[in-house]
Amino acid sequence: MIDYLPHRTLLRLLVVLMLVTAPHLPRLPLWESAAIALIVLWRAVASSRQWALPPQALKLALAIAAFVGVYASFGRITGQNAGVALLVLMVALKLTEMRSRRDVMVVMFLMYFLLVTHFLNSQEIWTIAYLFVSVIAITAVLVDAHHPGEPLPLRQSVHMGGRMIVHALPVMLLFFVLFPRIPGPLWGLPNDAGPPRSGLSDSMSPGDISQLMLSSEVAFRVRFEGPAPSKDQQYWRGPVFSDFNGRTWRQSSADLLDRSPPTVEAIDPVRIRYELTLEPMRSRWLFALDVPDPRALPPDSRIERSGALVVDRLITERRLVRGVSAPRYRLDPVLDDEDRERTTFVPEESNPRTAELALQWRDGGMDDEAIVNAALRMFRDEPFFYTLEPPRLGRHAADEFLFDTRRGFCEHYSSAFAVLMREAGVPARVVTGYQGMEANDFGDYFVVRQSDAHAWNEVWLEGRGWIRIDPTAMVHPSRIEQSTLAVMESLSRRGEGLDEFQRLRYMLEDQWDAINARWNEWVLGYGPEMQARFLELFGLADTQRMLLALTIGVCGSLALIGLIAMRRSSPPRITERALLLWRDATRRLARFGYAQRPDEGPRDFVQRVIGREPELADPLGIVLDAYLRLRYAGESSAALERDFALALKRIRRPSAR
Amino acid sequence: MRRETGDERRETGGTAAALLPSLVSLLPFLHPLRWLRQRIDAWVLARVHKRPGPIEVPRNRVYIVPTRFGWGFALMCIVMLAGAMNYSNSMAFALSFLLMGLGLVCMHHTHANLVHVQLRAGRVRPIYAGEPAHFEIVVDNAASHVRYALAASWARETNAEPASDVPAQGFTSVNLSRIAPRRGWLEAGIFEISTEFPLGLFHAWTWAHLDMRCLVFPHPARPGVPPPLSAGSGGTAGAGRSGQDEFAGLRDYQRGDAMRSIHWKSLPKSGTPMVKLFSETVEQALWLNWDSAPGQDIEARLSQLARWILDADGEGRAYGLRLPGVNLAPGLGEMHRFECLKALALFGREK
Repeated sequence: MIDYLPHRTLLRLLVVLMLVTAPHLPRLPLWESAAIALIVLWRAVASSRQWALPPQALKLALAIAAFVGVYASFGRITGQNAGVALLVLMVALKLTEMRSRRDVMVVMFLMYFLLVTHFLNSQEIWTIAYLFVSVIAITAVLVDAHHPGEPLPLRQSVHMGGRMIVHALPVMLLFFVLFPRIPGPLWGLPNDAGPPRSGLSDSMSPGDISQLMLSSEVAFRVRFEGPAPSKDQQYWRGPVFSDFNGRTWRQSSADLLDRSPPTVEAIDPVRIRYELTLEPMRSRWLFALDVPDPRALPPDSRIERSGALVVDRLITERRLVRGVSAPRYRLDPVLDDEDRERTTFVPEESNPRTAELALQWRDGGMDDEAIVNAALRMFRDEPFFYTLEPPRLGRHAADEFLFDTRRGFCEHYSSAFAVLMREAGVPARVVTGYQGMEANDFGDYFVVRQSDAHAWNEVWLEGRGWIRIDPTAMVHPSRIEQSTLAVMESLSRRGEGLDEFQRLRYMLEDQWDAINARWNEWVLGYGPEMQARFLELFGLADTQRMLLALTIGVCGSLALIGLIAMRRSSPPRITERALLLWRDATRRLARFGYAQRPDEGPRDFVQRVIGREPELADPLGIVLDAYLRLRYAGESSAALERDFALALKRIRRPSAR
Repeated sequence: MRRETGDERRETGGTAAALLPSLVSLLPFLHPLRWLRQRIDAWVLARVHKRPGPIEVPRNRVYIVPTRFGWGFALMCIVMLAGAMNYSNSMAFALSFLLMGLGLVCMHHTHANLVHVQLRAGRVRPIYAGEPAHFEIVVDNAASHVRYALAASWARETNAEPASDVPAQGFTSVNLSRIAPRRGWLEAGIFEISTEFPLGLFHAWTWAHLDMRCLVFPHPARPGVPPPLSAGSGGTAGAGRSGQDEFAGLRDYQRGDAMRSIHWKSLPKSGTPMVKLFSETVEQALWLNWDSAPGQDIEARLSQLARWILDADGEGRAYGLRLPGVNLAPGLGEMHRFECLKALALFGREK
């Protein structure tokens, strides 16, 4: 086997290939990681032992096996995850037929391309470092591949790759800032696009939220224009569930199909304006502060019948939402019969004891508001406990929770409360979302984490519309279970019981989060809106001006880089006076056909010219003498230089005299 | 050369000759890009003049176009950019813009790798017709940075010699070879110095025409025909160098003289080596005559004479050469052989 690349260059290429594939390995099936490692290892040994490359049939079989393997592991060969898995495998397989310059270039380009697939899964701040390290490494190998013979010393090729990347940086920055961004997607995304993230789902079954509540992942960050809302207003509205089948709460299809907005009547003119940077959770909810003002919706979003702010496409990228909310509102003051029927529906023969209690209250002559208050009083006064490790509930979940176990968290409280209300004929529904937030001391923003996921209720009262009721909040703090309290404290990062070490840790984490938030906002969130807003400061709001500025900037920086590169290839500037004068003399002589030959010293050259042109003997004699004395005898005198310069002027075309 | 073949073709096959121009006129439509490239190349090549050298490659004489890998790289950048737009992925934007910048920067680096090198003619050894002539081109780098991977080739020919580096403030020589079809002077013609370093995305080149030529001796005829007895003085040419030769004197050493003919005794005295001359060698010198070479064809006769010269030189016999208008006295050694072969090579060629 004769490789196109020298052995050492090939080894460097394999190392860089491993660097580029490494972040993908944890996401790939085990067999694939093993196969890639084996192929790379085999290629290294094959190159040093001069083994033959595999025959065509074997390569074809391997390629087919790759497709089959990916299909077996992912159930598909398209889509983001399977596609990347296939791409990584194909790059590795390309090694088995890397024999010409073309193959080498294909592998190089694929390595650049593999880098970009990594960013589909993670765009954390550290990936920028990874990007630069990898691009420099690949470029260095590309430089190596174009150097004939012995490979360049490692330091030198890395230096060259690094220098080119440094030169490319200004162009990159100009493009990044000025290239007109258009709102994506161009052709639609695969349904597994984006990094895998947790978040609220579009239904609520027992246990869904408790998983989420143990995660300290950031759900979104928010910054307020003006004062932050008080604690009892920090409800971030997500999916609203009106349909109940006895076990699972779902969004009502009637709510989803009816695209008309709800009626929101603001009670007073107070508005809360905020900027929310939403982490991609593969959902459609924007989690507006309760309740979004339908007259000031963020672009591309709409408000659902249930009052939730949504977009039409799944959110797979971090998204900036500028929201306006009315903290004191009346939501849907009029409820039609159909809605009333739907929001009071409970399946027959489920939760008989709850139904009995509701009936008892209703028969006692209590009106809707009194029933709500009675239920809340029950949660507050009777021994209900808050725990993240509740006992399992059977068929009549509300019955068992309200009368037997009395231990649970928001999901149980809101579900049981809604059932109780409905049994009593009060329209009720479950609202999920986030509750609370946590200030970051290093940036003027607040963080809402997955651990802030919450479920509460809304009941509809005549004349007041849908009113928010949080039954979980009724549980007295002393009845929060010790273990749950510990979990909550560890997640909340605040409180009295922290020692110095934890305080320091949380402070550093806050600081890191503030840096991340800035990264998210300025780099990752730099989309069409942000770009327009930012460039407006420089008077470059429209696309035409952006393109003009981009063109001027890129041409300017490239011209500068061209100059720098060209300077390196120019001969070093002559600064020595004697050399400059001598150069003048040779230039004058060259004008009438005398060039110093490479094998000729100055003395021989001058003598040759004098032999042909005796008239020049006098000035040339002075020039030669002065040059030799200045340059070689180590003399330095202004007088000598002046003589030199004067004699120079007398070197003229002999025929002219 | 090409013109001649065209003329022949026109004489022999009328229809083919009539078809050819019409086919050529179709080229702009069949391969517009290739046609355009050829037109541009022809325009530029017509403006490359022969110069004695050294030629410093100026900025405006460095031409640069993307290689097919350069186009591939651009395509990859576009695909990446489209992906970044589709996913609204900032890091993907950053990477595709960085790579776009890298491509553009690479253009300048490739250009700078070639600009301001100096080209001068190196040695060219004379050869025999039918052999490849090697033209040595010396590439000087006055800059204080290395030039990497410079390759030389004849203009518009693709088979380049392996590329080599030129050290900082140093030089390197590259060789270009071309088969010499006929005796006489073979002009080097226009050649190309090119580079694709550092990333292979761009091909930068310059065309230069150095005043260099290669002396091509006639192709020696097959051995076998013995030289005729010379018509000069002395008659016993076949007797060789046997017997006691009469010492005839000393002359200065010339390169190629046999080691055993050096007069070692005189070396310490004179300081320069002297060579013994024997009367026999002089008198029994072989005269190689134009008239005595068999055949009527000029080239065949010259080939035969070249063969005899080589044979005589190999045997160490002095020989002289008589051509119409040329008379080279008998002698021996490398210089003498060169003069004789040169006379053959240029016979009838120079005014």
